[in-house]
Amino acid sequence: MSQQGIRRRNFLKGAGAAGTAAAAALSGGLAACADSPGAPAAKAATATAEPLLTLNPSEAAFITAAIDTLIPADGLSPAASECGVGVFIDRQLAGAWGNGARLYRDGPFFKGKPEHGYQLALTPRDFFRAGIAAANEWSLKTYGKSFDRLSESEREAALQAMESGKAQFAELSARDFFEALLGITMEGFFADPIYGGNRDKAGWKMVGYPGLPAVYNDAIEKYRGKPYRPAPQSIADFS
Amino acid sequence: MAKTMKHVDAVCVGVGWAGSIMARELTKAGLTVVGLERGAFRTPGENFVLPTVRDELKYRLRLDAMLDTSIETVTARHNPDEVALPMRRWETYAMGDGLGGNGLHWNGITWRFSPSEFVLRSHLTQRYGKNAIPAEMTIQDWGVTYDDLEPYYDKFEKLCGVSGKAGNLKGQIVEGGNPFEGPRSSEYPNKPLILSQGGIIFMKAAKSLGYKPFPTPASNSSAPYTNPEGLTIGQCQYCGHCEFFGCEANAKASPNVCLLPVLLRDPKFELRTDAYVARLDYDKRAKKVKGVVYIDRRTGEEVTQPADLVILTAYPFNNVLLLRLAGIGEPYDPHTGKGVVGKNYCYQTVGGVTFFIEDEINPWIGTGTSAASIDEFQADNFDHGGLGFFGGGYICVSGSGGRPIQVRAVPPGTPRWGTAWKAATAQWYNHNLTLTTHGCQYAHRANYLDLDPTYRDAIGRPLMRQTFNYRDNDHKMSAYITAKAAEIAKATGAKIVANPQPRTGNFGATNGQATHHTGGAIMGTNPRSSVVNRYLQNWQASNLFVVGGSAYPQNAGHNPTGTIGALSYWSAHAITTQYLKSPGPLVHA
Repeated sequence: MSQQGIRRRNFLKGAGAAGTAAAAALSGGLAACADSPGAPAAKAATATAEPLLTLNPSEAAFITAAIDTLIPADGLSPAASECGVGVFIDRQLAGAWGNGARLYRDGPFFKGKPEHGYQLALTPRDFFRAGIAAANEWSLKTYGKSFDRLSESEREAALQAMESGKAQFAELSARDFFEALLGITMEGFFADPIYGGNRDKAGWKMVGYPGLPAVYNDAIEKYRGKPYRPAPQSIADFS
Repeated sequence: MAKTMKHVDAVCVGVGWAGSIMARELTKAGLTVVGLERGAFRTPGENFVLPTVRDELKYRLRLDAMLDTSIETVTARHNPDEVALPMRRWETYAMGDGLGGNGLHWNGITWRFSPSEFVLRSHLTQRYGKNAIPAEMTIQDWGVTYDDLEPYYDKFEKLCGVSGKAGNLKGQIVEGGNPFEGPRSSEYPNKPLILSQGGIIFMKAAKSLGYKPFPTPASNSSAPYTNPEGLTIGQCQYCGHCEFFGCEANAKASPNVCLLPVLLRDPKFELRTDAYVARLDYDKRAKKVKGVVYIDRRTGEEVTQPADLVILTAYPFNNVLLLRLAGIGEPYDPHTGKGVVGKNYCYQTVGGVTFFIEDEINPWIGTGTSAASIDEFQADNFDHGGLGFFGGGYICVSGSGGRPIQVRAVPPGTPRWGTAWKAATAQWYNHNLTLTTHGCQYAHRANYLDLDPTYRDAIGRPLMRQTFNYRDNDHKMSAYITAKAAEIAKATGAKIVANPQPRTGNFGATNGQATHHTGGAIMGTNPRSSVVNRYLQNWQASNLFVVGGSAYPQNAGHNPTGTIGALSYWSAHAITTQYLKSPGPLVHA
């Protein structure tokens, strides 16, 4: 059944309770990633839900389903949402960057060539609002259900279609939306945990990045050609 | 509302490397100097401290230390017949902002340009014949030579405490250094940095192919160092957070560490931050710039600062903008090739090759500099006969601190997400290296800067319009040197060597590259082909000097900052020893 993947992981409070998945919060609280990589995904069920700052319930459902397809749980790390990537995205979109700080927004607006880069009047928050709506519309048309209700393999196929440009959204470029989604997901997985993602440094542990304080004038010779794997530390560990 | 400040001897527009050096040299000569900086006051000790300085999201992704594009950006197009569109956010390069300018958050790579670069047109004509240079390649001689600049390179290197190994001391080739560099009057002030593991792997492979690799000269101090200004630079901690970041160890040279503490104590110098220079006060009839007009961002007030000497020390785009708005010099026309302001805007042609290797790299340990380089394929260090292009670049092993949001290569064919991506990332994150080919970008008739007809900045001025594309010479040069890099990658014994990625196709506002922009207010031997003379003095207004990367007639393969430092000292020396005695043109056209 289509919702199985989501229900199994309990990503969303109240998923499936209404006609479309509705969630008031992104699960994956502070305890969710307390264990080493490979902690069972079901841990999230006991986690405290994080209140949302800007995403609405169906946006949150989309984000959770999408990021957990991009970064699924396996032996290397819990799924993205359990690592706080959804919380990260919600906070980024709610904050200054999400609301267009530092974005040149004077018109006129033209599509331009791909080499011109981002040319829309939308802030990142609005871009994600429009992108999620377009992706769900496309998903409904293609699969008969919104993205968060697709099975795991359907979600993978859907994201591949967006990535390759095979998926055609009505207004926005599916490919541009996918790139923005993948970009912010990776930011949430690998940024310092102070922003709400990379919980318990799950992203850093996956690759072996030691984080802070990054003072290596002694280590550079001592660990030359050898593994250097201290437990990673983050900004909060020194604050 | 307008206010006029007390007259001073000199005003510098922009307080980065060029502005700080000019201000220091002029105050030493007894002048009163005001430095105007559009951005905020910042010091490494206050604004870039542990633990918060190690924030890849804030500084690298959200570009916290860089210019806010909602205030000012650049429009871009590939050719003169197209409509340019604004870079609405920095997705390729990112200009600096704030005290110290780009000098605060650079990587610290501090080269001297090859001697042939300064006499490029004459040199290539002499070696390859009168008709060798294509008509559209509008390269020029600089009007200064390497020998002219050598003492000023030396001075800048000592200011910064550059770590490196000389390869040519007064004409004697020295083992272990760069044998292709011009003769140096002295050894680098600091011994080379400890090589990263990537540097060692690169050196070994390069040597096996007969090349002569050497430690990349770095303004990241290998040991505590006191510069000739009496200021102390700390020891590099190999933290991997250089470019886009400030340095909490004060080990990376910046105006803020190497000069400003002295300037700020000097009663002859006054720094004004949040002073956004809007335009020059130019008397066209008298051919004299009477001062500059800026907006005090704290009050919104328009303020005029009169000065005898006006020195533009901003980024190339801003230097050119101020000249264009003032109507100083004839704007360049790509169709006729006439005019000079905006001409020979150049950039950098960067390529690379990534490879995957068994060795533990520990990529987070290292400096922002590239650890080691080769210069065999730089400039005209190799025979270009029959190659169909001129110029070249250096090949180095890159070091970006393994900062994991951005630096986590996976072998070709790996998906970009999902379980297969996770497995490959976990497997290869600590086992990959990239060799960068940092190539020149030679002037092309159709590459230039002018005023955008449509888009405006926050104070209503036209944005600078970049008409730029990679041309035939750039593509061929990049393909050639990147193929050489791939041979070195293979010689490391790598398990997998990805396809080489030379610079191909169009300039893209979304392809991350260096922020190395040059030209637009170029120096030269006569006013028909240049904006400033060999001392960086404007040909029209003799009390106006335009200093910085904007003066390069074309961009070399080496990073530009060392030459900005040298030119600043060179120009300051001409002002203090010649101009002040008899204000007026230092070169008669």
